[in-house]
Amino acid sequence: MNWRRAWPFADQTGGSSLLAPAERRGLLGLLRRRAQTGFSGMLGVRREEERRRGIFTRRAMALGGLQVAALGFLGTRLWKLQAEDGDRYKTLAEENRLSARLIPPPRGRVLDRQGKVVAGNRLNWRALLVAEHTQDVSATLENFSRIVPLADHERARIEREVRRRRRFVPLMVREFLTWEEMAQIEVNAPDLPGILIDVGTTRLYPEAEHMAHVVGYVAPPAERDMDGDPLLELPGIRVGRLGVEKFHDKILRGRAGAVQLEVNAVGRVIRELDRREGLQGQDVQISVDTELQKAIRNRIQEGTSVVLMDARNGEVLAMATQPSFDPNIFNAGVSAQQWRQWTSSRSTPLINKCTNGLYAPGSTFKMVVALAALEAKVTTPGEAVYCPGHLDFGDTRFHCHKRAGHGGLAMRGAIMASCDIYFYEMAKRVGIDRIAAMANRFGLGVELDIELPGSRKGLVPTRAWRQAQGKPWSIGDTIVHGIGQGFYQLTPLAMATMTARLATGRAVQPHLTRAIGGKPVRGSRPEDWPSLGIPERDLRLIRDAMYGVVNEGGGTANKARLPSSVGAQMAGKTGTTQVKRISREQRERGFRAENLPREYRPHALFVAYAPHDNPVFAVSVIVEHGMSGSGTAAPLARDVLVEAFTRLPRGLPAPIGPRVADAGGTR
Amino acid sequence: MSGTYEKRLLTGRDRTNGLLTKLWQIPWSFVLLIGLIAGVGYVALYSAGGGGPEPYATKHAVRFGFGLVMMLCIALIDIRLIAKLAWLGYLAGVGLLVLVLLHGNVGKGAQRWIDIGPLQLQPSELMKILLVLALAAWFHRASWEKVGNPLFLIPPAILVLIPVALILKQPNLGTALITAMIGGAVFFAAGARLWKFAIIAAGVAVAAPIAYDHLRDYQKARITTFLDPESDPLGAGYNIIQSKIALGSGGMFGKGFLQGTQGHLNFLPEKQTDFIFTMIAEEFGLAGALVVLSLLALVVVFCFLVAFRSKHQFGRLVAIGLGTNFFLYVFVNVAMVTGSIPVGGVPLPLISHGGSAMLTTMLGFGLLLSVYVHRDAEFGVARD
Repeated sequence: MNWRRAWPFADQTGGSSLLAPAERRGLLGLLRRRAQTGFSGMLGVRREEERRRGIFTRRAMALGGLQVAALGFLGTRLWKLQAEDGDRYKTLAEENRLSARLIPPPRGRVLDRQGKVVAGNRLNWRALLVAEHTQDVSATLENFSRIVPLADHERARIEREVRRRRRFVPLMVREFLTWEEMAQIEVNAPDLPGILIDVGTTRLYPEAEHMAHVVGYVAPPAERDMDGDPLLELPGIRVGRLGVEKFHDKILRGRAGAVQLEVNAVGRVIRELDRREGLQGQDVQISVDTELQKAIRNRIQEGTSVVLMDARNGEVLAMATQPSFDPNIFNAGVSAQQWRQWTSSRSTPLINKCTNGLYAPGSTFKMVVALAALEAKVTTPGEAVYCPGHLDFGDTRFHCHKRAGHGGLAMRGAIMASCDIYFYEMAKRVGIDRIAAMANRFGLGVELDIELPGSRKGLVPTRAWRQAQGKPWSIGDTIVHGIGQGFYQLTPLAMATMTARLATGRAVQPHLTRAIGGKPVRGSRPEDWPSLGIPERDLRLIRDAMYGVVNEGGGTANKARLPSSVGAQMAGKTGTTQVKRISREQRERGFRAENLPREYRPHALFVAYAPHDNPVFAVSVIVEHGMSGSGTAAPLARDVLVEAFTRLPRGLPAPIGPRVADAGGTR
Repeated sequence: MSGTYEKRLLTGRDRTNGLLTKLWQIPWSFVLLIGLIAGVGYVALYSAGGGGPEPYATKHAVRFGFGLVMMLCIALIDIRLIAKLAWLGYLAGVGLLVLVLLHGNVGKGAQRWIDIGPLQLQPSELMKILLVLALAAWFHRASWEKVGNPLFLIPPAILVLIPVALILKQPNLGTALITAMIGGAVFFAAGARLWKFAIIAAGVAVAAPIAYDHLRDYQKARITTFLDPESDPLGAGYNIIQSKIALGSGGMFGKGFLQGTQGHLNFLPEKQTDFIFTMIAEEFGLAGALVVLSLLALVVVFCFLVAFRSKHQFGRLVAIGLGTNFFLYVFVNVAMVTGSIPVGGVPLPLISHGGSAMLTTMLGFGLLLSVYVHRDAEFGVARD
């Protein structure tokens, strides 16, 4: 049987009992074996067995040695990993385990003069996505959009941010969730790996468009806003983009707190290990009175700007312009359509015309020319200049606004009647550079302290400025600039500043910040401001003339005097500036501005302060295409002052800090 | 020249009679050793279960208990009967491998399991033991001269190649390689000439690059990941990196029982099976890791001692084969978790959670003990 032979365990002798095979039993078995193999054969078997065993032993030793060496190698691997590199891996394990999360501090509020909240916070439920908690971001978003529909551009934005940000940074998926949406998300949480619900705050501007240009707005930070503050990487964080929100952004933003958390492999928080509280954003109180601002804004039309200041210390009490915009819209993101509408509109609602609108000051500039003339001693207060209605210089005839001429007028009368000829003459005598220097001292054409980033400085031309453009400066240019026309580009804020400085003789700076975190930041008394260095005698003459403009029969604004109920008089100056040059033919055909299309009609200006004998308020008004300063701007300025006297009797400084009623309100 | 051998040869006295005598023969120190290792497994699985006996530790203990009984039963079976049945066992093993290819459950892209009642059987694990038995049986009576004959080596080479080919087909490259290595170890111990191993080594060196092209994507990924784990830290390299971090952060004396952050915070993948050693090393440090490694090494040493004590070639080869099998489990697993070789699903015997692995391990020990108990059994000597 061949298979038996092939199988080494097939018993040769055919014995079937395993435990007691016949061949191994006793002497008989031995003999039987011997008979089979022969005596020498038995010895051969034994020798062969020993030889085989020896070979086995050697080889087994070799094999065992190899295995011991292999295990020894593992031992050295462990030594290297655990003993030598242990510290490095400990650090890595800690990095795995620990996760620091920033706690965004509540943004500081902006309060108005009376402590009323003009920029606050309200709760905002939002869905965040942590990319590292999900295997498949798009599947999660797909499931999410079945609950809260996501537009394609939103998904594209989220997926873009997933690639851009670190995977553990939570990204904003959707803000302003309703209760229903939140409940749906919570219920479907297992299908939404990586999604977490979070309550944040969103900016709320209760006064909407009334305070927009002053307070500004907030928006998500762009790349260029990243200033190294880790806070800016948090989802839902906002940075100030305009106005006080931008200027005081760091103060309002506060400093992020941090928690150190132990997290597991999927990022679930196991426990909180450490907590460092942040610093919440401080409240900023501004000097604007909301109610006053609103009253003014409701009174004015498109293209009108009004700046009302506390003449004594430069606090801006109102800064109103039309049109404006609702800063709350920026919370949810401005649609492209809305943005286009804002930016393409000729009425430029996003631009604060009080600080960025540039106008020629016209006749309101005449006080500066007069003071420059007095300082330069090119005239005396009593010197009269004859006005025939025009001044010929070279080939050019310069007209007075009064065709018939004013006759002889000294300085006071020239200001009151706003005689152009007088100021042509004075400008010619003083020269443009000295006029410009005087203008700069009154805050014209220079940077002001106003806390509104992007405010324009305007332009007060000098000979050097013109020459830098490669053009010569002529006396004719100087003459035109004597009545505030020409290259002048001034903001309503600058003109209000000029008025306040005329009223006080001090270099008050316009500013908005009254208090930060409940502490006053600037001196509120006139003595806190440096003197302009102009003789009181000169100033008094000018102020007296401005008083006359409003309160005397020959004054250009005598129809706009304050009602007796106010118990104070104002001093002011009108201005009317041409938008388009009036040609000689127009003049000869009997030019009437009323016949012009609106966009060519002259601007109306008026600057004033009150009370005239103890100035508290300074105001500047510019009505675009308002035809005449006396007819349009002066009455408006009067109304503004009446309103100011009603709301802020004698400009009483309001208390610092939030109004008691608001103290516990929205944070 | 052993005197007792000759004496017994002459007197025919056989210590392998009687169950009680046999029971007395069982090396209880070895039983204590594996009990100790299983105890380590219990502790580690207690920790892996989040600090509780459920869901792993209790099961582990129960399985070990069953395994122990099975081991002792097998230990009492006469080694000659086992030798006789080796051929049958081998055929059954091959049959199971074919079955798993036809009906097996697919796991990680390969067919590996068969469900037998509550048990998931991995025939490839069982096959390694059955192959050792068959090869030992083949070489049992072969003299040095006979083993030197290349023709005599062809049938056992086929015995090795059949299961290796079937396992490769699953595909399970790691287990196929390990199976081939075990076969090689038995060949080596049986006395196959060294130059033959040299030829095979040269052949493998030539064939490996060609074979690489035929690997599955996940197998290639394992190899590339092994060569540069940082290349894909969140994907295929994640396991290796996290395992090394866990090991390294354990330091000299570990973070303490139940204090392993990598394990408990789930950074460590499959911590109850493939990466149980990492768990131990993280919580008990280098000291603990070396103790466990030493205990496991003792098991290998015991296998070799059994081989040396066996009077018959069959027993010697079985012990060497099983010892090598156990060694390869330990080596591959620990090398894998330390990032020394590419990751493959090899559990740590007696410690990892898993019924199939426990079953085959204890089956191997049973056979080993049978060799020991019947080490002086009279059967078959070399012949030409």
